[in-house]
Amino acid sequence: MLTIEALDKVYKTGTFGTSDLHAVRKVSLDVQRGEVVSLIGESGSGKSTIGKMVLHLLDSTGGSITFDGRDVTRLGFRARRDYYRKVQGVFQDPFSSFNPIFKVDRTFETLRRSYFPRVSGAAWREKLEEALGAVSLEPGDTLGKFPHQLSGGQLQRLLIARALLLDIELLVADEIISMLDASTRIDVLNLLGELKGRGLGILFVTHDLSLGNYVSDRVVILYKGRVVERGATAAVFDDPLHPYTRDLLASVPHLDRTWEEVEAEESARSARLAGRCLYHEALAAQGRALGDEVAAGNTPADDVGLVEHAPGHFVGCFRKAADEECPAGV
Amino acid sequence: MTATQPAAAPGTGTEATEAPGAALAPSGSRKPGGDARETLYFALRNPKVVIGSVVVLAFLLLGLLGPLFLKNAPMDYAGPPMAPPSADFPFGTTTFGQDVFAQFVAGLRSTFLVGLLGGGVAAVIGMAIGFVAGYRGGLIDELLNMLTNVVLVIPGFVVLIIINAYLGVRSVPMQALYIGVFSWPWVARAVRAQTLSLRSRDFIDLARLSGVGVGTILRREVAPNMYSYLFMTFVLLFGGSILTAASLDFIGLGPTNAMSLGLMMNQAVQWSALHLGLWWWFIPPGLGITLIVGSLYIMNVGLDEVFNPKLREM
Repeated sequence: MLTIEALDKVYKTGTFGTSDLHAVRKVSLDVQRGEVVSLIGESGSGKSTIGKMVLHLLDSTGGSITFDGRDVTRLGFRARRDYYRKVQGVFQDPFSSFNPIFKVDRTFETLRRSYFPRVSGAAWREKLEEALGAVSLEPGDTLGKFPHQLSGGQLQRLLIARALLLDIELLVADEIISMLDASTRIDVLNLLGELKGRGLGILFVTHDLSLGNYVSDRVVILYKGRVVERGATAAVFDDPLHPYTRDLLASVPHLDRTWEEVEAEESARSARLAGRCLYHEALAAQGRALGDEVAAGNTPADDVGLVEHAPGHFVGCFRKAADEECPAGV
Repeated sequence: MTATQPAAAPGTGTEATEAPGAALAPSGSRKPGGDARETLYFALRNPKVVIGSVVVLAFLLLGLLGPLFLKNAPMDYAGPPMAPPSADFPFGTTTFGQDVFAQFVAGLRSTFLVGLLGGGVAAVIGMAIGFVAGYRGGLIDELLNMLTNVVLVIPGFVVLIIINAYLGVRSVPMQALYIGVFSWPWVARAVRAQTLSLRSRDFIDLARLSGVGVGTILRREVAPNMYSYLFMTFVLLFGGSILTAASLDFIGLGPTNAMSLGLMMNQAVQWSALHLGLWWWFIPPGLGITLIVGSLYIMNVGLDEVFNPKLREM
């Protein structure tokens, strides 16, 4: 449904925009209907930037974003309006997602004025209550209140309800759980699961590995704007290959295992993969199959591609930052 | 300006007592005009707003309706010279026997005209440029910023003197217009800065996701957060225009065919009213300007509480 190909985002920084900052480098991924894809990465890895580009809130520098076969990288005002009927987003900070001087109803009213100008007040009210019911909120408790009178969880669910008022097919959820406390967290997570069951595609942006593991069908691990590993959630979490993914997974406490066990497992895996780069090994193998020409090193140093290590499990070059050397010395 | 503070107290407000406004317009039966009605409700409950607007409106009414009931024209030599306030001449007379009260009422008219027109022109130009520059960014921002800075470094008062002297502008509206055209740059800069900080907030992105255009976002999402600030800007421009006009009047570049409060004070100084003890000649215009501008300030403080629900006592 949503396909991102070689997406780039470059910011001009420094005096007179003399230097470039690569926020996103050649990122490719796709989201299908009824599927949750997690974008996992630390701060500054470009995950929110990707979300914003998908929502057309930021312009991309290169590459393409296609939705149902249509390129949505450059949209005019009308086309964008139509696009937003299908694709909506929910942001990290529920408090800043509402205009602080207006009651929360106003957010829904904006949507109504924009997309449902002909719907009568009573019909709209019914639709609104249905959407609020879907996120298990009581209309009487939440409507007619100012944002500072509601809790973060309530506001976050109001925002999801807002997205549900439109008949959307894709939801970009940018860190929507991070601001919630544990008790409301599970409600929102379960809500996402339910939405997925209804055929909604969800691009779930998070820095939290366990959340990614819990909700998603597939994960994409980002580091410094580059996809270092992606694949089915189980494959990536059970057999992390890229050094960054391994570090990341090794730093998460487990409920069922002690630290020593995790350490031991990780050091065994590290020993197995030390000084290697599955990406360049695979390229070299491919090159041998294709002929010596490719093996002679046609891969440029800043290569940000991925190879399929196992079916559906892709991994990139084992160097971490883009300007580092590949550990295999290729 | 407090309206732009991010909400910082998650979940503490839920058990707050029901606001009187919410009781007035229960959430179950909200009408489209509910927000405006509620704003008016809080405005009328705020003593600062009420006192400020009563004073300003009283002066406005006096200026508008006063001349209809006066028997003397402002420039007529109507009575005895240098007469103190009496039943016939409530504010006394000038050195030439002109009715000070008649001058005061006529001066109020042109003062309001200069303030409204000059302040209005400056506010419209400054806000339009500030909003567009701050929201669009990029090249448009750079160009508009350049224009703003160019006008900002022009010594406006000197230019006004030259314009007034060379073009021989001698009517109150033209004077107001010129004042307006040269006093907007700081408004543009301030509005641009506020817009820049508001633009990065998530609710602006959410409005964009609702498929509404730039104009609507500026009008319905950005501007309301700055209402009290915009009003304060207008108050400052209003007062500034009046003072600039008074200064121009003072150096003899004021209107020749009308009376203004600035002109009254100028004439009072010119004819040594201070030394002659004719306090009734210069106190009323000075007090008039002070009261009008001061009331607008007080009104502004009150309106800040009205527009920002977090400042309301509840």
